[in-house]
Amino acid sequence: MAAAPATTPDIYLDWAASTPMRADAIQAMVAAANEGFGNPTGSHHQARTARRLVDDARDLVADAVGAEPSEVIFCGSGTEADNLAVFGAYHRLAQNVNNPSVACAAVEHHAVLHPVKHLGGTVVDVGQDGLIDLDQVRSIANADLAVLSVMLVNNETGVIQPLEPLREILDEHAPQALLHTDAVQAFPWIDVSAAAGCADLISLSGHKFGGPKGVGALIVRDRTRIAAQVLGGGQEFELRSGTHNVAGIAAFGVAAERMHNERAETVGRVARLRDSLVDALRAEIPDLVESAVGAMHPHGLSDRTNKAAGSAHVCFPGIESEALLFLLERQGLSASAASSCASGAQDPSHVLAAMGWSRELAAGSLRLSLGFGTTEDDVTQAAKIVPKAVHQLRASTSIPKPQVA
Amino acid sequence: MQVMCAMSGGVDSSVAAALLRDAGHDVVGVTMKLWGGPSDKGCCSVSDVLDARRAADLIGVDHHVFNFGDDFTRDVITPYVTEHQAGRTPNPCIECNRSIKFARLLERADALGFDAVATGHHVRLVDQPDGTKRLGRAADMAKDQSYVLHMLSVEDLDRVLFPVGEMTKADVRQVAADLGMRVAAKPDSQDVCFIASTTSRQEFLGDRMSFTPADVIDREGKVVGHVESVQLVTIGQRKGLGLQGGGPPQWVTDVDVAGQTVTIGNRSDLLSAFVDVDEMVWTGGAAISGDLLAQTSAHGTARSAHVDGNRVHWSEPNERVAPGQTVVVYHDDVVVGGGIACRDRD
Repeated sequence: MAAAPATTPDIYLDWAASTPMRADAIQAMVAAANEGFGNPTGSHHQARTARRLVDDARDLVADAVGAEPSEVIFCGSGTEADNLAVFGAYHRLAQNVNNPSVACAAVEHHAVLHPVKHLGGTVVDVGQDGLIDLDQVRSIANADLAVLSVMLVNNETGVIQPLEPLREILDEHAPQALLHTDAVQAFPWIDVSAAAGCADLISLSGHKFGGPKGVGALIVRDRTRIAAQVLGGGQEFELRSGTHNVAGIAAFGVAAERMHNERAETVGRVARLRDSLVDALRAEIPDLVESAVGAMHPHGLSDRTNKAAGSAHVCFPGIESEALLFLLERQGLSASAASSCASGAQDPSHVLAAMGWSRELAAGSLRLSLGFGTTEDDVTQAAKIVPKAVHQLRASTSIPKPQVA
Repeated sequence: MQVMCAMSGGVDSSVAAALLRDAGHDVVGVTMKLWGGPSDKGCCSVSDVLDARRAADLIGVDHHVFNFGDDFTRDVITPYVTEHQAGRTPNPCIECNRSIKFARLLERADALGFDAVATGHHVRLVDQPDGTKRLGRAADMAKDQSYVLHMLSVEDLDRVLFPVGEMTKADVRQVAADLGMRVAAKPDSQDVCFIASTTSRQEFLGDRMSFTPADVIDREGKVVGHVESVQLVTIGQRKGLGLQGGGPPQWVTDVDVAGQTVTIGNRSDLLSAFVDVDEMVWTGGAAISGDLLAQTSAHGTARSAHVDGNRVHWSEPNERVAPGQTVVVYHDDVVVGGGIACRDRD
């Protein structure tokens, strides 16, 4: 093993997995934990203080996504928001029709995919560009469809899915269907108020944009069209029960406001860093494959305008992600591949499989995800560390290189 | 040295990692995720990954999980099913050691620049005059695992470490307790790790292959019983043969899947003067003949035998070995080779 450098750097390029909390979000969290200890549903001043902290955050989130405060349903995670969207829409429509259907894209996060499969729903194909097959959507859009869930930005590839065409199909063929979008990965990079303005349900997660873990939100345009899934005191507009995570919600609101206000500047800066990183990697490793870009895009699109600014998703033929990630971490670079399973092992990517990648090619994927705190130095160092590790593995590995289309 | 320690979440590998760290090695703990199906024990369950991770946390070493699920399915599960389908009695733990722990993991460790791979197996490395190493029995004979690691070559043995092989199991547990490990009293894994306790071998195999019925015949060829699944019958078996009760004890002495017959006999019919072996692997590469010891099950007794090529002649008649089972050859307490029992060659 190559000796670690005298001072191993600590480069974090896994912002799509989670982000460090913003200092002002931490401050808000600590302050709310101190001042807002009362139960927000009570009637005394301690309760009112807590309630105000929650509702202040609700205003901030509403402004950040172009919603009304009463449309913001706080919950415990992005996953819970996704579950509420799918199960909530299904069970609400089930009050009116027998056996409603649900559907999602094949590249959805497991938080959507598993609920949809649990309900026997339809998983709609995507193309090599990662975009949902609109003809298939048309074929399943009918009066019994309760919800179509399609994520705005994919967590592995960073591909941005335009929602307007889906809205048009649902409006025409599936009047009862709600359009849900998991915007957990999108929010740091995309103005959700515009891109998801046509969605009925939008999922958010605090820890993807400098907020805390354990707080999510579902934006619900019309509360009469979904049914609550966590039953109890009905704290969140009767749609979600459980005493509010006051400190977490307060920090979520602060982080959301900050991300929204700084987004335009962050996107411009980070996109340039991302492009320079991928270009530098390609210069060192010419057979690098980039998902949904260039040769892997049906129309050869190469400017990455189809991807979120922080996403650098590449694959090195003949390399195994787990081995690569191990070497990268030993050299001070933290990244990831596909989603991790409960044990922490890397699972084969269902996203790349859905985009038509062979299992062998997908096995060598690497997700370098940048965020609001990523610096030029991070990218410069990563551009040195990654090729070195790839070359080391290629020198030792006996795995045959898969053919790239 | 840079040592990758395979950590299953059990007490042995947890203590192995601790001993390596104490010896001054740069240790990284690795748990292999091998089986995606239901499992509640062995190497494959999420709770065992937790145990391994927490042991690594306690002793201050990094812990990683490697997913070798595809390899495990291809190299362990599939052969396990096809062997049963052919009426043989495979040992999947040996196949896992052969193709996963000491092939796939060793290869991964090499690629990542590690000097050695360590496990918590109870075996010892025995230095030879020529500088090479051989696989020797554990200090704790009751826990000896040399049988299931017999396939390791001289080249393999040069880059593996077995830190607990010199210790008794009681000592291992004491060290774990002294370190404050939660797994100090965790029970030993016993069964096949990929078959959950809520299912059976029959159910597991039944989802992956079809069974055929067979007549049970005595040595004169008379039909005396019936089984529904000839593929699940093993030489030496006494129960589940559909026999009329009351007679003297009878054992299965032969299983013929193609002919759909199971032959039974009395104790003396079960004995044989020899066992034929396929796929022999010799530790040092070259075949060895002579008066040695041979062992036919993981915790069986090593019996004296004359080994001649692919045939092991017992000094005293010994119970027949089910085809598919492993026969390991020892010189005193040192493994010299091993292979897989086959049907008698005429």
